[in-house]
Amino acid sequence: MTESDSALSHLDLETPEKPFLDANELVINMGPQHPATHGVLRVILRLDGEKVLGLECVIGYLHRGVEKIGEHRTYTMFNPYVDRMDYVAAVSNGLGYCETIEKLLNVEAPPRAQYVRVILTELNRIASHQLWLGTHALDIGAITPLFYTFRDREEILKIYEKYCGARLTTHAFRIGGLQYETYAGFEQDVRNFLNFFLPKIDEYEELLTTNRIWVERTRNVGIISGKDCIALGVTGPVLRASGVKWDLRKAQPYANYKNFDFDIPIGQNGDTYDRYLVRVAEMRQSVRIIEQAVEAIPEGPIMAKVPKVIKPAVGEVYHSIEAPKGELGYFVVSDGSTQPYRVRVRPPSFVNLQALDKMCRGQLVADVIAVIGTLDIVLGEVDR
Amino acid sequence: MIAKLKGSYGSGIQALTYAGQNYILVDRSLIPDLLHVLRNEEQFDYCVDITAVHYPNRDKPFDVLWVLYSFARNERIRVTTQISDGETLPSSVPIWPGANWLEREVYDMFGIKFDGHPDMKRILLPDGWKGHPLRKDYPILQQDTEWVQINLGIESGQ
Repeated sequence: MTESDSALSHLDLETPEKPFLDANELVINMGPQHPATHGVLRVILRLDGEKVLGLECVIGYLHRGVEKIGEHRTYTMFNPYVDRMDYVAAVSNGLGYCETIEKLLNVEAPPRAQYVRVILTELNRIASHQLWLGTHALDIGAITPLFYTFRDREEILKIYEKYCGARLTTHAFRIGGLQYETYAGFEQDVRNFLNFFLPKIDEYEELLTTNRIWVERTRNVGIISGKDCIALGVTGPVLRASGVKWDLRKAQPYANYKNFDFDIPIGQNGDTYDRYLVRVAEMRQSVRIIEQAVEAIPEGPIMAKVPKVIKPAVGEVYHSIEAPKGELGYFVVSDGSTQPYRVRVRPPSFVNLQALDKMCRGQLVADVIAVIGTLDIVLGEVDR
Repeated sequence: MIAKLKGSYGSGIQALTYAGQNYILVDRSLIPDLLHVLRNEEQFDYCVDITAVHYPNRDKPFDVLWVLYSFARNERIRVTTQISDGETLPSSVPIWPGANWLEREVYDMFGIKFDGHPDMKRILLPDGWKGHPLRKDYPILQQDTEWVQINLGIESGQ
């Protein structure tokens, strides 16, 4: 018995509809070294001709034991590690982790830090969606959006570089606030970026929204209903594109999101095209949030009173934020020492990827590529 | 809600709060029933996370916990239960299909099995790996040397 046989043994053989011809089923392997799987994801497909009867994901190729490492580092030392999970949205990971530990310590970051955090996190949401859009379009066959989005994403990375010296794994936040005061001209840089970026979103939309090839490849592909999303635990833009108006920034506001006025874009059909529209609309909403935040940054300290050695009291806390991919949760148990007793990360990509089987059944092989793209997974976060 | 649950289950349920977050400590025997009630009667329709914590010095060394969320109530709750080594738990895949990979991860990392799970096998580590790394008696530098040598053709992964 080969390895793929055993991996397939449990697969539900029920076909979505009765096959037209009694053709032999074909099992093919995609990945882990496939350019369209966004990292090292292996998918075992069970096909009838071009039609997908079912699939199974094999993950873990990037497993680094982040949760185990967390138990052997101090609270402060573990902070940069979380950036390495979802490495295209490192700032969001850092925000979730810092807020969880702050909850455990019962401190709150000062207002100035909160505003800077929101600006950087929303910039990160835009950067993450840009990277998603470029690569997703590339997978489907449109090369140009990749150049556009990477060109514009560069401007965000430049702001990060000027702010904290790093572009990707930024380690921008500290437990209790920020380590660095913003540099002179930070606000102006952010404003310049917003002015530069708004017309660029229109440019992306001009390229894709009414593009016949794009619409044909994405509309009615990978449909998932809101009910199925909830049952499978799928969150983020995928859930919203299926018509469920739920965003943690509104449902259970963290940081200071309650101070900002923004909408939650939703879709109706839950197909790949709607997820594209939702994410593009989310970029516009992020711009709105940053516009408000950058005008309202208060003066004041950037760090709360946090002891040099962080030793939270015995207890456990679950805290989650709306990362660009969905609900990113941290469950941290403290035993009163300087190291967390247990750090659990609830990664949105990992849970969302479970829906791949459901979304691909009955579709064509080429659509699997589109659906993997539209889920917006980052394997660093799936495997941790 | 807690009062109602206490009414039907009595002393098997302990309601606790830490840092403004509610969680309930539940007897292992109540688990299948209680999760059903939370899903079907109390509208906790979204299983956010399932995970475990290992306390090797305790009589019942494992805490297993479910983080649940209700869209209708906009409320989160954590259900924690304690089990001994080797004890199994009922799978919640029939209640929340999304529990599938989460339970597999708990099995992979802690060796806790879930009865009735459609595919109870490792998820992040390779199938033949020995040991469950998030147990406290698994040192951080430990690896399955045999597996590494056979499958990767190298002396050691370190």
